[in-house]
Amino acid sequence: MLNAYDILETIRMIQDECLDIRTITMGISLLDCIDNNIDVACENVYNKITSCAENLVSVANDISKEFGIPIINKRISVTPIAIVSAACKCSPVKFAHAMDRAAKAVGVDLIGGYSALVQKGFSAGDIELINSIPEALSTTEKVCSSVNIGSTKTGINLDACKIMGKIVKDCAESTVDKACFGAAKLVVFCNAVEDNPFMAGAFHGVGEPDVMINVGVSGPGVVRAALSKYPDANITEISDIIKKTSYKITRVGQLVGVTASERLGVPFGIVDLSLAPTPAVGDSVAHILEEIGLEQCGTHGTTATLALLNDAVKKGGVMACSRIGGLSGAFIPVSEDAGMIDAAKSGCLTIEKLEAMTAVCSVGLDMIVVPGDTEPDIIAAIIADEAAIGMVNTKTTAVRIIPAIGMDVGDELDWGGLFGCGPVMPLKKQSPSKFINRGGQIPAPLHSLKN
Amino acid sequence: MRAVITVIGHDAIGILAKVSTRCSEYNANVIEVTQSVLQDVFAMIMLVDISNLSIPFAELSDNMSALGKDLSLSIHTMHEDIFNCMHHI
Repeated sequence: MLNAYDILETIRMIQDECLDIRTITMGISLLDCIDNNIDVACENVYNKITSCAENLVSVANDISKEFGIPIINKRISVTPIAIVSAACKCSPVKFAHAMDRAAKAVGVDLIGGYSALVQKGFSAGDIELINSIPEALSTTEKVCSSVNIGSTKTGINLDACKIMGKIVKDCAESTVDKACFGAAKLVVFCNAVEDNPFMAGAFHGVGEPDVMINVGVSGPGVVRAALSKYPDANITEISDIIKKTSYKITRVGQLVGVTASERLGVPFGIVDLSLAPTPAVGDSVAHILEEIGLEQCGTHGTTATLALLNDAVKKGGVMACSRIGGLSGAFIPVSEDAGMIDAAKSGCLTIEKLEAMTAVCSVGLDMIVVPGDTEPDIIAAIIADEAAIGMVNTKTTAVRIIPAIGMDVGDELDWGGLFGCGPVMPLKKQSPSKFINRGGQIPAPLHSLKN
Repeated sequence: MRAVITVIGHDAIGILAKVSTRCSEYNANVIEVTQSVLQDVFAMIMLVDISNLSIPFAELSDNMSALGKDLSLSIHTMHEDIFNCMHHI
């Protein structure tokens, strides 16, 4: 039976503590759209996306009203375009335009999958796609791109790291008039997952069903509010409180996912057990760490508290849903988290500390603004460092950094909305160029040989 | 199918009457009502059967929110499944 306390708790979580469903993402396979004539292939892509996702937004809006829970983003992920475009043997930028038109036609917020998987080398279509990313992202609004350059099984493709260092910079330069936003729509992964519902790194893996619904939940504010009621709890009790809260958050994700899947007639894939912050007051992962007992996020103890948070979120969520996937864990995108923004501005949170944090939480160096004159080789080395953490720890890591062209430390890039704003963070100036230019493949670690 | 309507705000005469009248207009059958007034704050939780609703659920939710605005109250209409899934294993 329902009781009044439970009902009011749920309403308070939604109204006051920013509980929401961060995204419903429809994964769509484009393998049946392949044609060696690029115009025919693009037409196939447009038609498939618009027919599969025709009702996605209206169904999500109805569910949001019925359950009284905001569903912030409606998104689409597609098969990595490098696979779809390989037969065309030309720049695949037309695919990005077809994706953008389709996304606008069905009314989704973003569409991901302008992607290539090059962890062990480049196959047909990969180089063409990677080289076209700056143009694709600067001439579209809703398209997001990702490139997987390493994995625990394959090691790290250092040639791809080098290229991506330059591509990230080019993406920022080609969108200077939009506050370098192109770079914010590009993620470089190690151990990319095939069912991730979160942008900018979502793509629909080739092992996935034809069409599928994945859900990403959120609720840093709920976790913080729960912890604030127990100021004297020991750290084991803190972990238990997070687990219980995470269970409740994830149950809503499961309910929304199953309901959306039934109404759209599409199989339900996974819930991504995530704590995704927004710049809104009370929706910050950094503030959870501060609630646990840090004066400011980024100080000593940040890695330990984040590890505990990340682990407890998973343990609580795992029983709450039938299948888990995606990136599952706490996100730490600097510009999208009010507490992280403050910590970065005060100098307490540095890129070195963020790197350590990425070893114990979801994903990686995310939404970090760096000086505009950063050399591409330095960006490539940041990518290689982060990929090494992912490769060795058998986890997904990623780099989404934004070179603020024409700006330096002390300046700030502001995109507004969910993407927030970020202070330019200092990087080391010493060159890693000789390492990066050696090229080749960093071999997979010993523990990849599990067979 | 059942929904939970919660009404929170300053106490006034006729809140229960206005909300239940609106329910009857849309063919939502009131099953259970609990209400309390603590230091002038009125809180009412109403369980309603929506199996034979005359309008789509989303519209009911919108109309109830609008009624809340008119009465300077906060009214939420939510499917009972969200509470069941969050609070029961």
